Amino acid sequence: MATAQALTQPVTETRPRRRRINWLLVSGLIIMLALILFGVGGGMIIDKSYAQVGAFLPRMAPDAERLLGTDSQGRDVLSVLILSTPNTLLIGLIAGTVGVGVGVVLGLLSGFFGGIIDGVIRTVTDVFVTIPGIALLVVIATNVRSINVAIMALIVASLAWRFPARAIRAQTLSLRERGYVQIARLNGVGGLELVIKEVLPNLLPYIAASFVSTVSQSILATIGLEALGLGPQNEYTLGMMIYWAQFYGAILRGFWWWWMPPIVIIVLIFVGLLLTSSGLDDLVNTRLRRSV
Amino acid sequence: MNAPVLQVDSLHIHYQTLAGMVKAVNGVSFNLYKGERLGLVGESGSGKSTTALAIIRMLEGPARIIDGAINLSGTNLLALSDDEMRAVRFDRVSMVPQGAMNSLNPVMRIREQIRDIYEAHGKLPKRSELDGKIAHLLTRVGLKPEVAGMFPHELSGGMKQRVCIAMAIALQPQVILADEPTSALDVVVQRQVMETLGNVQQELGAAVILVGHDMGLMAQFVDRIGVMYAGRLVELASVEQIFKAPQHPYTQQLIGSIPNLEQKKLFKGIPGTAPSLLDPPSGCPFHPRCSEAFEPCTLDVPPLRETAPSCWVACHLYEKVVSHDHPA
Amino acid sequence: MNLQYVIRRTGVFILVVVLAVTVNFMIPRLIPGDPIEEKLSQLTATSSGNLVTGIEEMAAAYRTQFGLDRPLVEQYVNYWRDILRLDFGYSLSNYPETVSNSISAALPWTVFLVGTSTLISFVIGSLLGGLLAWPRIPRVLRGLIPVLMVISAVPYFLLGIILIYLFVIVNRIFPAGGAYTFGSTLHWDLESLGDILHHAFLPGMSIVVAGIGAWALNMRGMMISVLGEDFITLAKAKGLREKRIFLWYGLRNGLLPQLTTLALTLGYVVSGSILVEVIFSYPGIGYKLYQAIQTKDFFVVQGIVLVLIVSIGFALYVLDLVYPLIDPRIQYDVR
Repeated sequence: MATAQALTQPVTETRPRRRRINWLLVSGLIIMLALILFGVGGGMIIDKSYAQVGAFLPRMAPDAERLLGTDSQGRDVLSVLILSTPNTLLIGLIAGTVGVGVGVVLGLLSGFFGGIIDGVIRTVTDVFVTIPGIALLVVIATNVRSINVAIMALIVASLAWRFPARAIRAQTLSLRERGYVQIARLNGVGGLELVIKEVLPNLLPYIAASFVSTVSQSILATIGLEALGLGPQNEYTLGMMIYWAQFYGAILRGFWWWWMPPIVIIVLIFVGLLLTSSGLDDLVNTRLRRSV
Repeated sequence: MNAPVLQVDSLHIHYQTLAGMVKAVNGVSFNLYKGERLGLVGESGSGKSTTALAIIRMLEGPARIIDGAINLSGTNLLALSDDEMRAVRFDRVSMVPQGAMNSLNPVMRIREQIRDIYEAHGKLPKRSELDGKIAHLLTRVGLKPEVAGMFPHELSGGMKQRVCIAMAIALQPQVILADEPTSALDVVVQRQVMETLGNVQQELGAAVILVGHDMGLMAQFVDRIGVMYAGRLVELASVEQIFKAPQHPYTQQLIGSIPNLEQKKLFKGIPGTAPSLLDPPSGCPFHPRCSEAFEPCTLDVPPLRETAPSCWVACHLYEKVVSHDHPA
Repeated sequence: MNLQYVIRRTGVFILVVVLAVTVNFMIPRLIPGDPIEEKLSQLTATSSGNLVTGIEEMAAAYRTQFGLDRPLVEQYVNYWRDILRLDFGYSLSNYPETVSNSISAALPWTVFLVGTSTLISFVIGSLLGGLLAWPRIPRVLRGLIPVLMVISAVPYFLLGIILIYLFVIVNRIFPAGGAYTFGSTLHWDLESLGDILHHAFLPGMSIVVAGIGAWALNMRGMMISVLGEDFITLAKAKGLREKRIFLWYGLRNGLLPQLTTLALTLGYVVSGSILVEVIFSYPGIGYKLYQAIQTKDFFVVQGIVLVLIVSIGFALYVLDLVYPLIDPRIQYDVR
């Protein structure tokens, strides 16, 4: 049966292809860049001895000299804040990298090869996804002798692979059915080569999005553990600043300058990462829309 | 024929887009008579669906009705408030949707979705009568009464479309709009569903507007066909006339493009591309693709004229045989 | 019901329990040094009166718990036997209270606080998100979206700190912590109930407000895709009233996948709430965990961790089994 539609060409495209600026991504990246500049750049300018115990009189309110006052140990809060920011970001970065790395490998193996490999990996992922991260991390952290930034990152990374593994598996499953992967497979491109050459490059946007949200979740987990007192005792991190503030009763004593600054930085980190990941989501979705 | 149940009068609909104003419907006028089956055909973008949606005032987003009137037995639908229009929907004008597969709420039983119609129009029967009424409706469209207790995912595509037809006739409307109601179904089911729609429409005495581009389906189902091109009605005549003696060059090419099983003709498409609705050609919108175009075609838009009894065409070729110009 | 699905899901739940128990058993043994020994020697060194009296029994409890002289497999079997009897040993810092008693005293407070506020947050957030996706809401409301984005980025307990500062320190409207006025005894009357609600308000608000952003944004996304569906168009064509379409055609369809999100993020919600309890000294599981970590009360830490993992695992297990019953669209996915 003939159709008038099939016989003629479609109406000419009326909507212009305007290149929209991805404001979410841009503003997210700006915030993250500013934070890195604050932490790393600030760390080069300040006198690190200000952050030593007993550098000043304890519990001084902010003034022109000490912009954010001093803490219970007489440390300059601004200096501590500047030294803490890169450490917390670093923990998130390491945990995010390790977590996404492991997650991508597991997700690819599971999604591409299927069978028993998939069964095992998927079951393990299902089990770990069900577990409230902080509970398991608390057991690990309470049993580790002394924690530093690197060990902290590894503790958090031990659970950071769960959601990336799940997301990458789902994407791999759908990619596997796409035409070009099928064609490559028919042409005799085998297993590992196919994964690396055809599948992995197409997963990159998903991996990027997954990475940003994993960094964010890792930082959230770090700060949670630190607030419980399970963080690096001898290094500066934002979560430990909150912990010491809580430990010395800063909140009830009204010493707002002990806890307000790290909260502001933490919120900025999360807003920055959220904007970045929403921006990446948009990017992935536009790509999808165009390829359909 | 008797008095028209629905009169569409010089309807203009524009879409505001980033690129400018898209003139989707440009002065469409026609009458629909009681019990009549009218088909609207055309390429996608010709304005046929937009016209149908305008009648039930379901145009979405940037679409605006700029000018015109839609009279449903004395009521100008375009003058009604939103709430008055809500009361008209399905009570006096109903529709059978295009995407039958997803047109039913997946989390409600069929019974509830039919009940909703009665309730929204203050016509909810007594509890004792409701089940009987719903069962009767379902039987009329060839479904078992048990379907009432099912969820949409338990039904096939054809069954879902029958449910949609049952809903469309629940309040016995005067006009039923069917926008490509079977495009998602396979051919055998398509025919059954169309038969069902035809049967209930006859029992009800309602008029139907069938929108589509499947000329074969049109030939079997409708009484009259309106051919649309670039937001205008270019020809309006009985099915026999359209198929046996099409007048407008566009209609001729449309009919000529239908592959015929008996004559092994070369499959012929319509040359050229569909016109831009943003910046339509001057004069007759079809002239850039028309093999018979001559000077006036590029200058004036030809009005719809009656060239033979109940046979209307908008083309400069037929200017001389004009008797009177009045929308049918 | 699809049997294969139920069996698979049950298997996952059992594995969760096995993993929780095994981790609790293995990790202290894997890591060199003996935290219990350290704790005991620390206690002896400080030797504050009443604690010392329990040392012998504690040492005994410690030996039964760990039985380090026995083979590892036997220790593991014994560990399981104790766990199944809900015997998690004694609290080291509150001897002779058992860990089980300690947890069951704290658990109701957590269930009350976290359960109620999560529910409120979920309901308000989902409704708000649904409304924000509705095309006919006032434009002003749309300005809420960036606000919600920022709120969703604030961890629960950090909001708690800010709330304490605003409503306890600056304005003395609410108590600083605890679940009821210190030293009072609770009765089943309005006065006690009022006192409890007064104390629960701020920690509850931290969980409610910090949660609303994420629920609303998520629901808005769900709703936007639901509102594009054909059945919404037909519902409008049917002449249904806006309210009916919004609630029964829109919200109901968006809410079901939103429940899945609740299940997926339950772990985050509980983790966040634990820290809220710490900030407000609210005598639930989270605060108990914090105190146990401070006092190196390892048996209590392990007991709480186990209870947390198993109860959340169980909640998700039940939710996964019930969900297909409330969402008629779902086919059991056994892939």
